[in-house]
Amino acid sequence: MSHDVIVVPTGTANIASVLAALGRLDAQASISTDPDRIGSASGVVLPGVGTFGAALRELDRIGVRQTLLTRIEADMPTMAICVGLQLLAVASEESPGVCGFGVVTSTMTRFPAQVAVPQLGWNRVQHSQQSRFIRSGWAYFANSYRLTTAPDGWIPATADHGGQFVAAIERGNVLACQFHPELSGPWGLEVIDAWLDTTKGSM
Amino acid sequence: MLAPRVIPCLDVDGGRVVKGVRFANLRDAGDPVEIASHYEQQGADEIVILDVSATPEGRGNALATVAAVRSVLTIPLTVGGGVRSVADAGRLLNAGADRVATNTAAVERPELIAEIAAQFGTQCTVVSVDAGKRDGGWEVLTTSGTTRTGIEVGDWVVQCGELGAGEILLTSWDRDGTRSGYDLELLSAISHLVTIPIIASGGAGQASDLVAAIDAGASAVLVASLLHDRDLTVVDLKEAMAQQGIEVRT
Repeated sequence: MSHDVIVVPTGTANIASVLAALGRLDAQASISTDPDRIGSASGVVLPGVGTFGAALRELDRIGVRQTLLTRIEADMPTMAICVGLQLLAVASEESPGVCGFGVVTSTMTRFPAQVAVPQLGWNRVQHSQQSRFIRSGWAYFANSYRLTTAPDGWIPATADHGGQFVAAIERGNVLACQFHPELSGPWGLEVIDAWLDTTKGSM
Repeated sequence: MLAPRVIPCLDVDGGRVVKGVRFANLRDAGDPVEIASHYEQQGADEIVILDVSATPEGRGNALATVAAVRSVLTIPLTVGGGVRSVADAGRLLNAGADRVATNTAAVERPELIAEIAAQFGTQCTVVSVDAGKRDGGWEVLTTSGTTRTGIEVGDWVVQCGELGAGEILLTSWDRDGTRSGYDLELLSAISHLVTIPIIASGGAGQASDLVAAIDAGASAVLVASLLHDRDLTVVDLKEAMAQQGIEVRT
């Protein structure tokens, strides 16, 4: 049985890089906004470029917010990237008044003014002992907002930009990266590959 | 702590990498896919492609080049050249760019910066600024350095930041292709005006130039001629930076 991986277009995301990375790892990846396919796929990738509000508006427009929430709560293999991670939060300072998924009971806050914002470039990520998907290494970031503390029940990886922040969180088969694994060289491909393992044989 | 980025720049015309001096006298430097992949293997932190085509046919090729380069890269790809609208930016992103750089069109119509930032985010919005020296400062040059606008570079960069630019690619026209070192005065003056990151460009000739640019306030350094001429590799440059106490991605 083929292990299909669906990439959900969040409207403003440049998903060519995500598809290129999945393709390089021999995943059967395709783009879809079909709630049925997103609900049943072996794996789902929620990429994110753009703003918190715009990405959520697009997910609501195509009507897949509940499908994604259900997947995550059911521990079906799901990987969120950058703004994708942020969507899991309750809210973000970037888009006041907009409700996130609330899977993670925290609010995204802006980096402090004394460091360059957006954080653009390569930063050192420190993994947790229990991490399944991430080993310490250099990751590529492009973000202005971040989580400062790891949510309960999730295993964090951390990095430092004007203080410690959450570089990634994982829980079971769900991985959310603040960095872009698809742009983080061979190290990033290893992260994606480790997550792709959860899509094989889970269905 | 972010590691300063070493960014090879490929000027592309009609599907080929070219390089000149002060944006003129272009000579062929090879196949963009091969070259980009080669630099990634050497440890490049990002690749910049600037479409310098003078013709519509060349522009068409640029999208194909971006797609082909994307398929071999696992690091970020920034693309500039001829971006005049949100639609132009969208086409480059769809083809595989991660970030787009505007230049002349943004000077002519600054709202373009805000439009691209609103659609794709500030992290995606790079403004390429060509600086030409004049008495007491630098003025913004457009149309590949052929038009002197009279606009003070510092004023323009501050405005770019306010409009939503996430990064400035700051090229010293006077140093471009000369390999005589970055314009450190320019870098120092401009990087103190804004909190968004600045990519130093124009004049890299040896590893110590990169160190000096970082010390002057640049977050990243663009290199072209010295890599294309195969005098040094990205590995050499990063080793030299590390020896000077600059933390680089390894």
